[in-house]
Amino acid sequence: MSGRMIGVDVGGTFTDVFVLNEAEGTASVAKVPTTRPDQSGGFLDGIGQEVEDLSEISVVVHGTTAGTNALLERKGAKTGVICTEGLRDVLEMRRRDRPRTWGLRGDFEPVVDRRDRLEVPERTLADGTIRTPVDIDAVRVAAARLLEQGCAAVSVLFANAYANPRNEAEAVAAVREIWPNPHVSASSEILPEIREFERFSTTALNAYLQPEVSGYLGRLEAALKSGGFDGEFMIVQSNGGVMAVETACRLPVRTALSGPAAGVIAAGYIASSAGFDNVITGDMGGTSFDVSLIAEGQSMLSPQTSIDFGMVVRAPMIEITTIGAGGGSIAWVDKGGLLNIGPESAGSDPGPVAYGLGNDRPTVTDANVVLGRIDPDNPIGGKLERLDVAAAARAIDTHVGKPLNLDTLQAAEAILRVANSRMAGAIRLVSIERGFDPKRFAFMPFGGGGALHAGAMLSEVGIARAIVPRYPGVTSAMGCVIADMRQDFVQTINTLVANLDEAALGAFMQSHTDQGMASLDAARTNFEARKVGFELDMAYVGQTHTVSVPIAVKTDGNVVTAPTRKEIEAAFDRAYEATFGRLLKNGVRRILNLRSAVTGIRPKFDLETLAPGNAGAVEPKTARRVHFGDNWHDTAIYDRLALPVGTVIDGPAILEQPDTTVLIEPGLRGRVDRFGNTIIETLEDSA
Amino acid sequence: MTDIDPITLSVLAGRMEQIADEMDATLFRAAFNPIIAEAHDASHGLYHAQSGDTLVQGKSGLPIFVGVMSFAVKAVIEKATADGDLSDGDIYIFNDAHIGGTHLSDMRLVRPYFRDGELFCYLASVGHWHDVGGAVPGNYNPAATEVFQEAFVLPPVKLARGGEVNQDIIDILLRNTRLPQSAMGDLNGQMGALDLGIKRMDELLDEYGAETVRAALDALGHRAEALMRSELEALPNGRWEAEDFLDNDGITDEPLAIRVALEIKGDRMILDFDGSAPQCAGPVNIALPTTVATAYVAIKHIFPALPANAGVMRPIEVKVPEGSLLAAEFPAPTGGYTETILRMIDVVFSAFAKAAPERVVANAYGTINALSIAGKRGNGQPWVMFSFFGGGHGGSPETDGLNHGNAPISTATIPPMEILEAAYPVMFRKWALRADSAGAGANRGGMGAVYEIEVLEENGAEAFLFGERGRFAPKGIAEGQDAALNIFSYEQDDGWRQPPLASKIRGIRLRQGQAVRLETPGGGGYGHAKDRQAADVALDVARGLVSPDQADRLYGAAWREVPV
Repeated sequence: MSGRMIGVDVGGTFTDVFVLNEAEGTASVAKVPTTRPDQSGGFLDGIGQEVEDLSEISVVVHGTTAGTNALLERKGAKTGVICTEGLRDVLEMRRRDRPRTWGLRGDFEPVVDRRDRLEVPERTLADGTIRTPVDIDAVRVAAARLLEQGCAAVSVLFANAYANPRNEAEAVAAVREIWPNPHVSASSEILPEIREFERFSTTALNAYLQPEVSGYLGRLEAALKSGGFDGEFMIVQSNGGVMAVETACRLPVRTALSGPAAGVIAAGYIASSAGFDNVITGDMGGTSFDVSLIAEGQSMLSPQTSIDFGMVVRAPMIEITTIGAGGGSIAWVDKGGLLNIGPESAGSDPGPVAYGLGNDRPTVTDANVVLGRIDPDNPIGGKLERLDVAAAARAIDTHVGKPLNLDTLQAAEAILRVANSRMAGAIRLVSIERGFDPKRFAFMPFGGGGALHAGAMLSEVGIARAIVPRYPGVTSAMGCVIADMRQDFVQTINTLVANLDEAALGAFMQSHTDQGMASLDAARTNFEARKVGFELDMAYVGQTHTVSVPIAVKTDGNVVTAPTRKEIEAAFDRAYEATFGRLLKNGVRRILNLRSAVTGIRPKFDLETLAPGNAGAVEPKTARRVHFGDNWHDTAIYDRLALPVGTVIDGPAILEQPDTTVLIEPGLRGRVDRFGNTIIETLEDSA
Repeated sequence: MTDIDPITLSVLAGRMEQIADEMDATLFRAAFNPIIAEAHDASHGLYHAQSGDTLVQGKSGLPIFVGVMSFAVKAVIEKATADGDLSDGDIYIFNDAHIGGTHLSDMRLVRPYFRDGELFCYLASVGHWHDVGGAVPGNYNPAATEVFQEAFVLPPVKLARGGEVNQDIIDILLRNTRLPQSAMGDLNGQMGALDLGIKRMDELLDEYGAETVRAALDALGHRAEALMRSELEALPNGRWEAEDFLDNDGITDEPLAIRVALEIKGDRMILDFDGSAPQCAGPVNIALPTTVATAYVAIKHIFPALPANAGVMRPIEVKVPEGSLLAAEFPAPTGGYTETILRMIDVVFSAFAKAAPERVVANAYGTINALSIAGKRGNGQPWVMFSFFGGGHGGSPETDGLNHGNAPISTATIPPMEILEAAYPVMFRKWALRADSAGAGANRGGMGAVYEIEVLEENGAEAFLFGERGRFAPKGIAEGQDAALNIFSYEQDDGWRQPPLASKIRGIRLRQGQAVRLETPGGGGYGHAKDRQAADVALDVARGLVSPDQADRLYGAAWREVPV
């Protein structure tokens, strides 16, 4: 298949489009403003800028925040719940937590109103025994009442449905007979895993998102088709894989972290192409700094996340650690005289003081502006004419300099130092605290602001080098084009290894494989290869936290050969020892869940298509004074995209491109690799 | 003292907090027992080499430990000074609550940190073990009259001497618990957390130098104190009193008073607990360290931005009457300390509300409700289901209280019902919000819960409850009303019954098919009920959280005019 592959990432401010022309081996990018509330306007505009005839497009892959925003802004559909008698409040009671440790303030409104949570007689026990068969008439009455109350989506949430889905399956079949739309979610279909709150929450949030997300994706698909598009339309999931649009409409909860996940996927691919399989990514936005770790080419996955207090989504997600230190984070001095950064942020509107849009408290970006690190005459994003350096300096003086008895420049340096140390703390959290030595990792900043702070991460955390991708501002859109197709499955097994029914485990593995392969078969994309992976969540009896145990399983011709108890025990011992450094004498091994992943590897494009030429002059376009440490330095400014492969530039220097500023501090050296990435190392290391 | 610039200080504050957090995380991952692994009933920190004062403490540990850990370190300092043999690589271990606060389930490990041959500070780890002997599995014995009926008592002894672990101590510990494997797992986890703390301190001191870090620790204490003083100065001067009662001590059915007089004088505060009940026979006594630490927890809830650092307490004087149940003497039982300290926090909030109502919330549900159901399976294997249950939080100046929250002294989550049902022969007939349980107010309290648990095991089971608030309801503030009482019921052949001591009972026999029911209090209300919007009342009624009768009685009939 030839034609164009398109990745579209819709962010809060901009919609980024990455177009790969497979036939010509070229790529181009477009950035247009995100349209609100309906993001499809910007989406189609962006594609239209680069491609006139939509019939030339073979694949469109979309990283979307439609689901995340609907959750955060509580703009999903009016949703009903049909649940086991006695359990209507599980969603509202959560796991008996609270929003903040200290202060005892704050309340919680679940996404489903108590009036729309109806109970029916039915009960399954933990061992799968059905104690009370489901009362189907009561289910029908409940569904009819929810419709009458105006619910547009419904979820069926039964106790212990992970152990035996029969009652729930019968109920959901009855609901589907009378429900006028496809927005019906059942907990055993969405997440057949033990823990009722997590399963119910994930299922109810799925139902809550179905009308909104499927409506949005449907509008996009229709508009693409009416423009002549006849290719494959796919959506990025939170696990970093893509899924067919039909799957996304059925399982929208899997898109909760779609956009950021695509960025991490691209970062991993760029880094490994450049020769670095171990990379820590840092996406610096207006309000936050998002960090993720990729070891030996593999992104870390976390099993669940809270979108907001009490809104738990349990589905494998690329693990992204967020701290409130972005460009718009506000610097302030507390009553005890300590300088703090964030968590309050001026965001992008009103934004930093230098934007002149009404904020008068200094931000991290203001410190960068005052120190000359950001060009005040060419602000990023092109919204503003120029930045107000004097106003930024006044704000820093008033709120940081005076209370700490520092002059403006010292105060600005102090803001950066504290901001950098917080960002470094986030990197330590994902690396050192998990047993990864940061010296073995490269740091990859993406998003607009990260490349200003790359040098600081080298000195603060001891990271060996930074790698700034050629187009850091469109990394997520590029990730859409790169991501593989992936489906995750889970099934609670809950048995001692000694009592395991190997054939039953094999049957679940087979069923997951068949379902995953069927969805790959249905896709119209080419796959270079297909992969099936299995893991068991295991622990010793008495232990609460499980260890992920990868199980090597033969799947010749997609026929699963079930692993033996012995193989499982050996695999557990290896994984347990790797995690905790020792095994437990006489410990009894237990299996909680089976997790399966079916992946279709999509063909990758050669990043060299994006690279600059090998020849050309390396002349600074201008120079300006930039403050480092205690002094102003005359600093050469380069047009980054014009620098040929092989260019070496010693700091201090600044490389500028339309949406990013790359800072090379004194003592550091930048070089342009064969893909156009900028590799930043210390002078000693690069020698 | 070396002067330290404020920027390095900000950076070091974050680094040291991260060390304590990382110690917390290490134990949570490694611990065997769910009380540590899931409920995070543990804590770690750095403590002053001479005074034992808290320097830095992890953010994810249990709130009550923030104040109490320094007493554990002080006890070790006393012991080491008396013995004169402190050396690098020593680890002290003990659970004696009369010395270290809280209760005997909390195992404390304290380890000196030496730098260049000199004592720099202490690291400590505390965690709630699943079982430490005594008369009742899990150690909540409502009928205990001496610590010896609650658990075995270990004074501060050396678990390790100069880096060599003393296996004799471990052998004694493991012989005194019903769950030796769990205990060994937790002990390993705590030692691992201390090892990690030492390693991280080494790295930090290599990078910044011992002098700079020491200066930072001093400066952080001074700054915390300055913060507290500036908060107090902004408040009105005066003296405000509050009182509340515990149901009983589990032995005699007599209420026990907890009284406080809160005085603010310029930049100082005095909390005087004079007039509180004398030491009692049952396990609701608390030792002096617990009392002081609890005052700190209450203060930190009122001023949530303050750091976890002993400097905060310097402007605050805590007066505790001798001979009272807030300064109990060995060997008075302290197993139910949670109930007493929850009541202390309630009275501090109630008194503070009279000084500055906008700074506090109404009382939360106020009882830990430690319920165990235990028995033997058909094959003779014993089982014990043990958990704490939730209730409503108090209304605040901004919003209604949180429904079904955890206790103010804890951040523990409740185990999933399905995990309990998979592990034990029980079935929850009900796991729901409890209507009409919240205190009325302009912002009402959060809702309590109803849990009804049926025994499925053919051999039946026994149930034990350690609770409170069965006779005295959680209070509203700023004219808000009180919440509902805690009600425990259990099914017998002749119907449902309730315990004579309201909230405490042991050894109830249940047959297969019989159940217990726990109806927990909501939170107190904030502000006058007449100021609640009729639309909000109507919504509560429509949602079934407040009955029409109660709505009429508490808020008047105006809600009936509002369409929902």
